[in-house]
Amino acid sequence: MSTQSATPNKAEKAKSFFKSPARVTILIAIVFLVVSLVENITSAVDISSPGTSGATLRFAIPLLMAGLGGLWAERAGVINIGLEGMMIVGTWTAAWFGYLHGPWVGLLAAAIFGLLSGLFHAILTVKIGIDQAVSGLAINLIAAGAARYLSGIFFPAVGGDRTISPPVETLPTFTVPVLAPFFQGIDEKNIFLISNVSGLIYGLLTDLSVVTVGLLLFVPLTSWILWRSKFGLRMRFSGENPMAAESLGINVYMTRYIAISVSGMLASLGGAYLALVASSVYREGQTAGRGFIGLATVIFGNWRPGGVFAGSVLFGFTDALRVRQSDSVMAMIMAAGIVAGLLSLYYVLSRKWKPAAVSGGIALFALWMNLRVTNIPQEFITAFPNLATLIVLTFLAQRLTPPAMAGMPYRRGSE
Amino acid sequence: MTKNRIFWAVAAPVAAILNSLLFIYIILKIRGVDPLSMFSLMISYGFDPRNLVSELNQTIAYYLAGVAAAIGFKMLLFNIGIDGQYRMGAFFGAVVGGAVALPPVLHVLLIVITAMIAGGLWAAIAGYLKVRRGVNEVISNIMLNFIAAAVISYLLLPSMLGTLPEGSQTAQTFPIPASGQMPTIKAFDGEIYSFLFVAIFVGIAYWVMLNKTVFGFNLKATGLSFRAARASGVNAPRMIFVTTVLSGAIAGLVGIGTLLSDTHKYSMAFPAGYAFTGLALALLGRNHPVGIFFAAFLWSFLERSAPVLEFEGVPPEIVIVMQGTIVLSIVIAYEVVARINLRQQQRAVGSVSAEAQPIKESN
Repeated sequence: MSTQSATPNKAEKAKSFFKSPARVTILIAIVFLVVSLVENITSAVDISSPGTSGATLRFAIPLLMAGLGGLWAERAGVINIGLEGMMIVGTWTAAWFGYLHGPWVGLLAAAIFGLLSGLFHAILTVKIGIDQAVSGLAINLIAAGAARYLSGIFFPAVGGDRTISPPVETLPTFTVPVLAPFFQGIDEKNIFLISNVSGLIYGLLTDLSVVTVGLLLFVPLTSWILWRSKFGLRMRFSGENPMAAESLGINVYMTRYIAISVSGMLASLGGAYLALVASSVYREGQTAGRGFIGLATVIFGNWRPGGVFAGSVLFGFTDALRVRQSDSVMAMIMAAGIVAGLLSLYYVLSRKWKPAAVSGGIALFALWMNLRVTNIPQEFITAFPNLATLIVLTFLAQRLTPPAMAGMPYRRGSE
Repeated sequence: MTKNRIFWAVAAPVAAILNSLLFIYIILKIRGVDPLSMFSLMISYGFDPRNLVSELNQTIAYYLAGVAAAIGFKMLLFNIGIDGQYRMGAFFGAVVGGAVALPPVLHVLLIVITAMIAGGLWAAIAGYLKVRRGVNEVISNIMLNFIAAAVISYLLLPSMLGTLPEGSQTAQTFPIPASGQMPTIKAFDGEIYSFLFVAIFVGIAYWVMLNKTVFGFNLKATGLSFRAARASGVNAPRMIFVTTVLSGAIAGLVGIGTLLSDTHKYSMAFPAGYAFTGLALALLGRNHPVGIFFAAFLWSFLERSAPVLEFEGVPPEIVIVMQGTIVLSIVIAYEVVARINLRQQQRAVGSVSAEAQPIKESN
């Protein structure tokens, strides 16, 4: 019996292990091939230019941090809609303390105040037990109001404005030696595909902020904590089944306190990145809904650190294209349409009619967009992450594996 | 027992407001201004007749947003999509109103119905996703709010449904002709939107629907216990869907007062952020039509009287902080009261069963 049930399980595991990374690699390769093709045809150089990949990283980091913040909270069983507010906390404290004592202190201050804002959410939702969404929304409101109130008091006196802080010193950046020039050389040779790839890598390796590298480390770190550490196990247990966790002696309240505080810290660091690295000031409305997109990356990434990373890179990429050159977006839509068309063909050949119809529909839509629309308004591209998330939720909701008890109220000793 | 409940129903919001007043008092004290004179300044400015009129007009919009949220809350639905639904309603109401020529009353009616349908349909997406796909309505609605903003800004392009008048920077819909406009009531040198009556009607209809109809009973039952309602023959998933659409239809009306009596066209200048306001007001007003009205008035009163603080060197955004703390205080108060009630009930049940025990033994 045991061997019978174990064998297919094992085989399945091996299969899915081999299948998924290989599939992903092939898909990325196809996407890239199409991108470079489209680029050559439409001469929209920006899609894979070094500038775009650098900008993608800059746009992705805040989303990534918000997403990781959301992941930490939801894995422990609490939805954090206050990510946006916690990012605002990060932008403001980073700019103010950065102005007073230098950018490193600003970063540290953002981490501390972010931790405190997370703790606030934890006390409200875990200890007092109010609705998690209400608490998060109230934090968004209070953070936005407090930032504007404090800006109005502090910034005009020191050379800023009611809505803008005085400029903060920038943090050091570096270009990776040897590798960066190497890829730059290939990029300039203009070889089809190879130059595109190296241009992208070159863009990633130039003028890299130290903070970017530091914050990127939170992805493997989160991954390690979640899947390899004792605390991560407790955290996931608290998110999946707090009652059972409690019965096994896990302190669910304490676990959640820690996880949500870290969640606040990560989101706030994302905000600090906006104020210190992506620009050098605090500006009102700087976060621009990024906390909510972070929430989206959590779903998009199926509650996994790597997935959150992939989601934020994708959303950061669209953001980067939007800012840099809107022609590129049309080329991108065309590329996406071609990929969808190929995918549809693949599904037709393997006789999977429903996904074939869906991807075929997307391909036709992209084609229509290219023929019908000459230029898409900025807002439409801004909403791409939201649309993508909604589509994922619509078609893949059954395949997503969110923490079972995320968002549910839990009181110790009650059902 | 009921007296006790009414007491708590009023006491909790009042306590919450006092609590946040205390909080703001401390903040103002830190700022180095006299809090009490600030408060009296706000009150005298806010109750100035001219400001009262604009507050009342704003109250209409807030009230409808509050009722929309309350309908959702009765079903334990967190309709944070009011923002998108209201935009859709106002936008399509404006588009249809600007495109047709009808006799006066009919024209207004068409706009109102269009707005309700547009808001309801937009909410239906979230409703469908919840019922059929098991998607949490909070997440889907947040996404839908952003998408609604994008869709409208796209449709507002002059090449689509909008227009860019000579010398104007912002795209807008074609203006609604006089037959599709609603009169205003002259009062205190101001003009009150007659849409006020629609808002009052919505409030009454909401109360009647909830308390006097089978639908309302089923709605409340489903909200209290999905499984129990289902067991007693209520089609609970359908109830959830219908309630979502209904909430969205009311949300579609939020911007209509301004549209019909003031701007007569939709532009990107229409304010955002009604979603959280609506939810906050429903919480503060305990989902009761009268309670929501007072909450809505308090909200617009705070917002309209805040700018006066500017002259005293206090950034008026302090009011946003105050609104946030009111909401937090109120939900905390409810939570604490609910827990006290639960403990009392447990004690009551405990004492009853303690008395019952010996009788059982003697038998």
